[in-house]
Order: sequence, then structure tokens, then C-alpha cells
Amino acid sequence: MFIHEYQAKDLLRDYGLPMARGGLARTVDEAGELARDLRGSPCVVKAQILAGGRGKAGGIRLARSVEAVSNAAAELLGSTLVTAQTGARGKTVKAVYIEEKIEAARELYLAVLVDRGAGQVAFLGAAEGGEDIEETAAREPGKLKRLIVDPNAGLVADEARAFAASLDLGEEPARSAADLMARIYKAFVALDASLIEINPLVLTGAGDLFAVDVKMSFDANALFRHPRIADLRDRDEDDPEEVEAARYEINYVRLDGDIGCMVNGAGLALATIDILKQRGVRPADFMDLRPVITRQQVATGFKMILRNPKVKAILVNIYGGGILRCDTIAEGIAAAVKEDGLTVPLVVRAAGTNKEIARKILIGQAIPASFADDMAEAAERVAAATGGAN
Amino acid sequence: MAILADRNTKVICQGLTGAQASFHCEQAIAYGTQIVGGVTPGKGGTRHLQLPVFDTVARAVSETGADASLVFVPPRAAADAMIEAIDAEVPLVVCVTERVPVQDMVRVRRRLQDSNTHLIGPNSQGIITPEQCKIGIMPGHIHFPGKIGIASRSSSLTYEAVGQCGDARLGQSSVVGIGGDPVHGLDFVECLELFVRDPQTEGILLIGEIGGSAEEEAAAFIAAEKPKKPIAAFVAGLHAETGQRMGHAGTVNVFGRGAAQTKIEALREAGVRIAPNAAEIGATMRQAMRG
Repeated sequence: MFIHEYQAKDLLRDYGLPMARGGLARTVDEAGELARDLRGSPCVVKAQILAGGRGKAGGIRLARSVEAVSNAAAELLGSTLVTAQTGARGKTVKAVYIEEKIEAARELYLAVLVDRGAGQVAFLGAAEGGEDIEETAAREPGKLKRLIVDPNAGLVADEARAFAASLDLGEEPARSAADLMARIYKAFVALDASLIEINPLVLTGAGDLFAVDVKMSFDANALFRHPRIADLRDRDEDDPEEVEAARYEINYVRLDGDIGCMVNGAGLALATIDILKQRGVRPADFMDLRPVITRQQVATGFKMILRNPKVKAILVNIYGGGILRCDTIAEGIAAAVKEDGLTVPLVVRAAGTNKEIARKILIGQAIPASFADDMAEAAERVAAATGGAN
Repeated sequence: MAILADRNTKVICQGLTGAQASFHCEQAIAYGTQIVGGVTPGKGGTRHLQLPVFDTVARAVSETGADASLVFVPPRAAADAMIEAIDAEVPLVVCVTERVPVQDMVRVRRRLQDSNTHLIGPNSQGIITPEQCKIGIMPGHIHFPGKIGIASRSSSLTYEAVGQCGDARLGQSSVVGIGGDPVHGLDFVECLELFVRDPQTEGILLIGEIGGSAEEEAAAFIAAEKPKKPIAAFVAGLHAETGQRMGHAGTVNVFGRGAAQTKIEALREAGVRIAPNAAEIGATMRQAMRG
């Protein structure tokens, strides 16, 4: 779960991270007020959206007067920002963060995350930060430094200092950076974060460090321990259908195509999308049913597919196993079709536990389904039904 | 022979008295697995499914001689349960629990470094050695004994692969679900090492998916060790759309890694035969066996 920059800064200020003075504005008036509080010193006006790449997309403005701050806020608030990380639809700016401009002598990159390969928490750092960090890391991987933290020992001060020094920091700034890393690590562990990324980490001419931009995300599986962080979620940025699906033990992601898909398991759902695309047809969604799903929940999921006006055919691909049985899925589909009707071709591929019972249920309830024995046949049937290329 | 579990494996279940654990342990017993007891703190001395229940793993192990534990404990207590089993020096721990906090798994991984325990999972369907032993939640009836070792990151795709291998008359030595979580126990490389050493296993099938670097590490291992056994693989997510993201760390951390295409190329380069789609996993394994 991602949170906004201003929320991350509020959280990390409590851990003593050095940051510029600033605040959040939801209106132009509030922006002007903040600028006056900052006594008209040069400010940065930053669009608050849950995506990176804001700078290059014009979402971060430098303003040298109270009037300039108000003007920048007026332009950004309510606008839609399309960045390299938002997708084509972009994101609406509902608030701006206004803070004092920090004059940078250097911009570094610093992040802490869970390194999947090592299975441990790791710091990543680069002497040159900024929005081009991905290109830098791809071009010259050696410039990206990594420090794995032993969870038993915690972040060791000497190792943190050596890591900071490897980012071309002199003795005194390296000491400050090591202190900052200790604070970030403490926050990372205490809050069950999955990412804290400071980019840029600014070093001033006076040798001081400032966290100028902060991105932070949290492990959704640990939110039960942090109700206050769970409350920080910006529900306006969620797709309402995806949120509804999650309440019914369904992982749902809307896609752009016209084949409604219902599959059990993320791996099989990915593989189903792959085989459809290989047959020249495009899925309308990624729908992964969790094993604990009930008949009623399946019905709700199937109705979500039926509601999508783009859907020209539906593919159900189930491999029953564990506690998930094909008959549960068939009963849910039958219930949904009884209530909402079915006007598009339905192809069902059921394998594994109770596959025969599933078929009997659908036939017995007069659901007009076409049955496929395997994934290849299922994909070909939907492709044929929608006139897609074979 | 097989890997990690066979008819002699004695299994305890942590969380045995829960509803789902009871269901799956009954299925495992019906399959022939030696489930010898359970652990539920506070219920020591009682019996459940006609099995003795103990307060601690250490006690359960000393009383029953168990050498494997199936962890069926809710997410918030799962890491402590795994650590208890590791500390009791249980050689094989299988955790099926979904949604374990990732930093809890960081602690578990650290504990594993200093132990001889093999951990499978969490968020895994478990391990099965057909007609001998089933530790997990997979449907037993789709498996049959044979010479193919399977390691997979996705449970539903594993069933798909097992079903297709059956259709291609390729039985399985052992089938391991390494789990779908970012931080977990056993990885592809350890499975490969075990399957390469196992005399029953004559061919190996890997089922991967986008994200992480387990497939790239497997490819590097295969390229370096050049195992004599044929290896086939399927990687799901070739056409997954890259979603919106936040910040650079994910990309910077893996640069070039994580995409299905990159994984497929690395595996192919190492000599692994790649299934073009999920419908052709069995056929691809058969081709690999023919050489």
C-alpha cells in the first residue's frame, strides 16, 4: 500500500529525518497561506499523486514568491498528471505539498526495501540520484551500492558509515548519512514498510542532508498491526471494482480487452492471459479466485464480468485442488446467470477436484456453456467465438 | 527415492486442531501420510483426529520422532511457529499459510541460515511424493509416481503441470510448491540440487512466473553445473501488463530482471526447454526427456 509524499514525510519526521519546512494545501488559498508562513522564500510546489515521475511531467514547480506559489497551486490542483509511472489515464491532483526549496550541492539516491533474492532488508544507494536513476543503474550497475542488514544485529554503525562513504560522501556527511540510515531502518522495521525511497537525498553546500522527496509503501499483510497506517490509504486512487472484488476473496484487475476471465490462482490466471494473447484475443480482466471462495462470492465475481460492457465472451478456467472445488465455481456461475442473464458466449474449462460435478451442475441448470478439456481448446473456443485470429 | 519426504516421513501438524488443518490432515492420512501428532499451545495432552496433541514442537518431536512439520497457523503467528520448528531442529518444515507479513519472513530466513532445516513456503501448497507422502493441501489423486521432479511458484499452475505430465505418461518423483511470497524458504536452486542428486528423478520441470529472480538464479545454476538430467520450464506472465508504480526502487533493484521474457531467455540460454504456453507443459517435458 502506497501513501502520499506528505503522509510519508509526516511519519518520518517523527523518526527525526531531516526535511525542509512545508505543509499540505488542498486549495489555492491554503497554498498562499503556507507560502506566507514560509515568508516568501523560494518554494517547491509538488503535486500529490500516488506515482513517481512527477518532475518530468511538470508536477513539481519552483515558485519564488507568494504569488508564484498560488499560481502554481492553481494550475496543479484539479489537473490530471500523466507521468512515466501513472499509465495513460494519469492521476488527478487533489492536493499540493509546499516546502522550502533546498539548494543542492549534490543529489544522491537512497532506498531501503526487502531484497527478494537475499530474503533480507537491504539499503540501496547511488552517488548520483534523481529521476534518471533507473537509466544510471541499468547503464552502470556498479554505481548502485547495496547493503544487506542482518535482522539480528540491526544496522551496524560502521557498516552504514562505510556504505555512505561508498556514495562519495566525506567523513562528516557520511556520519550524518549513517545516522539518517539508522533512523530510516528503525522506521522501516517499526512500521512494516516495504519501501522507503529517498530520491533525491540532497547534500547542501554547508554539508547538511535533506530528504527532499520520499516514497513509502507498506506490506499489506502487516497492516493488521498498524491500524493508523491502514487509515492513510487514499481510497480515491483505488479502482472501486477492484476494492469490491477484494472483499469477496477475489484479486481483480481491470484490463483493456474484451474477454472476461475467471481463473483460480494468480499463476494460472497469468498463464490464461498469456495463451489468450497468443491466440490474438485480449482479456478484459485478470480475475484470480482465492481458494477459500464461496459460491456466493463466485457469483458476485461473475456478475462483475457480466457488468463490463466491453465483454464479448467469457472464459472460466479452473483447476480444482486443495479446498477449491470446481462444483463451488459452477454453482456460483449458475446463480449469477440465473439472476443477471447471459448474452455472450461462455467457455468453461474445469479440471481437478469435482470437474464432472461442475459440468453436471451447469448442464442441469441449463447454463449455455461450451466445455473445453484443456487450456488450448478453451482459448481457441473463445477466440473463435469473438472472431479473433487463431 | 524422492526428495525431502517419503513413506517413512513422520509429520506433525502445527495448528492441527483448526478446521482447515483438520480437513487437510485427514486427507493426508487417507493418502497414506504418517501424521503422528499435532501442536496447539494450551491443548497439550488432548487428542484430535485420534492423534496426540502437544503444547510445543520440541515435545511433539521427542514424543513422536517426527521429522517434518506442517504449519497451518494464522498469518500473525505463522513466523513464530516456523521459528519454533526450526529451533526444534525439525528437518522439513512446510508452511501453507497465506499473507504472512514479509518482515516476519525476514526473521525466519535469518533463523534458517543457522540451521539444517529445509523450509517450504509460506503460501505454498506443500510437497507430495506420489503414493508415499503428501504434506500440504494439493489434490493427491492427480499425481502418480514416476521420474519427473517438479518445483513451482504457483499452486494452480502446478496442478495444471502435474495433470499434463500425467496425460503425457510422465509420473512424478516429488512435486514441491516453493510458494508465491517474496521471502520464502526453499528456492528453485535448492530444489534443482536435490532433484539432480535424487536417483529416481530423471527429468526436472520448473514452473515460474514474473517477479523476483528465482528463475534467473536457477538459470545461472544450470549454466554453471550443467546437470545431465533434462530440464523443462514454463514461466507465466509473458503478456502481463506492467502496472502503475511508485518510485524507482523496484526497477533499480532488479534492473533487467523480473520480466518473464528475461527469465525465459536466461533459462533457454542455460539449455532449458521452454513451454511456449501453459497448454504445452506436458508435451514440452516429454520432448525434453527425448533429448
